[in-house]
Amino acid sequence: MIRFEQVGKRYPNGREAIAGVSFDVRAGEMVFLTGRSGAGKSTILRLIALLERPTRGQVTVNGKDTAKLPARQVPAFRRQLGMVFQDHMLLPERSVYDNVALPLVVAHVPMRDIDKRVRAALDQVGLLDRIAALPPELSVGEQQRVGIARAIIARPPLLIADEPTGNLDPQLSRDVMQLFRRFSEAGVAVVVATHDQRLVEESGLREIHIASGRIA
Amino acid sequence: MSAWLGRHLQALLFAAGRLARAPFGTAFTVLVIAIALTLPAALSLLVSGVRAASGNFASAVDVTVYFKRGTTLDAVKQHATELKDQVGIAQVKLITADEGLEQFRQGSGFGEALGALPDNPLPHVLVVQPTPDSRSADDITALKARLSDWPDAEIIQVDTDWIQRLNALLDLARRILAGTAVLLGAGVVAVISNTVRLEILNRRAEIEITKLVGGSNAFVRRPFLYMGALYGALGAALASLLVLVGCFLLAGPVSTLAQSYGSEFRIATPSLGQLGLLLAAGAGLGWLGAFVSAARHLARIEPRV
Repeated sequence: MIRFEQVGKRYPNGREAIAGVSFDVRAGEMVFLTGRSGAGKSTILRLIALLERPTRGQVTVNGKDTAKLPARQVPAFRRQLGMVFQDHMLLPERSVYDNVALPLVVAHVPMRDIDKRVRAALDQVGLLDRIAALPPELSVGEQQRVGIARAIIARPPLLIADEPTGNLDPQLSRDVMQLFRRFSEAGVAVVVATHDQRLVEESGLREIHIASGRIA
Repeated sequence: MSAWLGRHLQALLFAAGRLARAPFGTAFTVLVIAIALTLPAALSLLVSGVRAASGNFASAVDVTVYFKRGTTLDAVKQHATELKDQVGIAQVKLITADEGLEQFRQGSGFGEALGALPDNPLPHVLVVQPTPDSRSADDITALKARLSDWPDAEIIQVDTDWIQRLNALLDLARRILAGTAVLLGAGVVAVISNTVRLEILNRRAEIEITKLVGGSNAFVRRPFLYMGALYGALGAALASLLVLVGCFLLAGPVSTLAQSYGSEFRIATPSLGQLGLLLAAGAGLGWLGAFVSAARHLARIEPRV
């Protein structure tokens, strides 16, 4: 599903974020990217999501070499990807329904299908009763679950999450991880960047540790 | 097809909702656009009205023959009969000296003063109208030369000089109108472009998130294009209303003024077709302004995660 081969990323200011990074993630596998802040975890996720392009090596996602993907195909590429962020990235003036529906709206899914799938996704994260609420009316944990519902609604084969439990208490963190495990068991490849070593140890799943831009 | 229509309808409704949620800002922008569109629309209406009115005169090129005083009415009638039989003559109208005096008495307001004259000072007159295919400058010159050969003709007057001057003025007005329309149209594009730019900047976070979940540039751009088109169309609708109100308010005074000069000129109200054209032009300029702004600013916004 994901293959990094000797990938490097150097920014125009000369800073080298990662260098010589190689790893694979298979479909249905859940992997943790760990490391301290600034180690390069987020850069790897940005490379997967095509928010950045590598300056060296090759990143293959869903069988596509991201460096060679034309700009006009990037939106379609991103629609095959679910993304969860520490700060949720929700639209504060839009309802939970509208936020979760957004990936389907941009993919031009018919309205009648959108309605069914939004309800199903919110049901999965336990927020069906907050469907009409605005994000600022929700708790941090609920907002995170809305973000997760939005990430999975388009049924992407790949889910990436950047510090998804950063603002959550331990119980909520475990709940979120449970959700991710369920997705991976359903065949979704899940990559979670976190610096919460306790969560990784509890899960017993594969860990890719990054230190100073390299796999340690 | 229905999905395509649905997407566009959704974008249109979304844009309309954004405009409705900021009524004061929308109203001021629409007002600026309306003022910019009203001026060329009103000028265009005026110029086309004057053009239409002068067109009637221009197509009726008359040659007027003033006879020497003392020329008998029978002689003048004889000339009229001869002329009517000639090729290239559509109509010959005789205005006798008495009819001329009567017309002058009624039209000039000097009725009593004219009554004090010992005799009629006006000559008999023939108004000669050539056929449409004999109204070229050469034909008119040839006709004038023929009429000048009559020994009892005093003055031969070709009534086209003032029309040529009027046409020159109208041509000038049309060019000024075209220049004004281009400048004000560019103004409308600039106003809408800037309004859409501000809207794009206000919604930067939303645009970033939309692109993050796979929204294409076309998807993100669409509501802004509709927003620009709506601004333009609303501005044009208000401009249409202003023009109609202006026509209504000015019709009476202009008609009175025109009648005092013996003219039947009336301010023409814009037709449905002209109003439709104005709406389409407004929407088109709005769309263009939004497109310019969206093309410039949306491409620069990429998700920052």
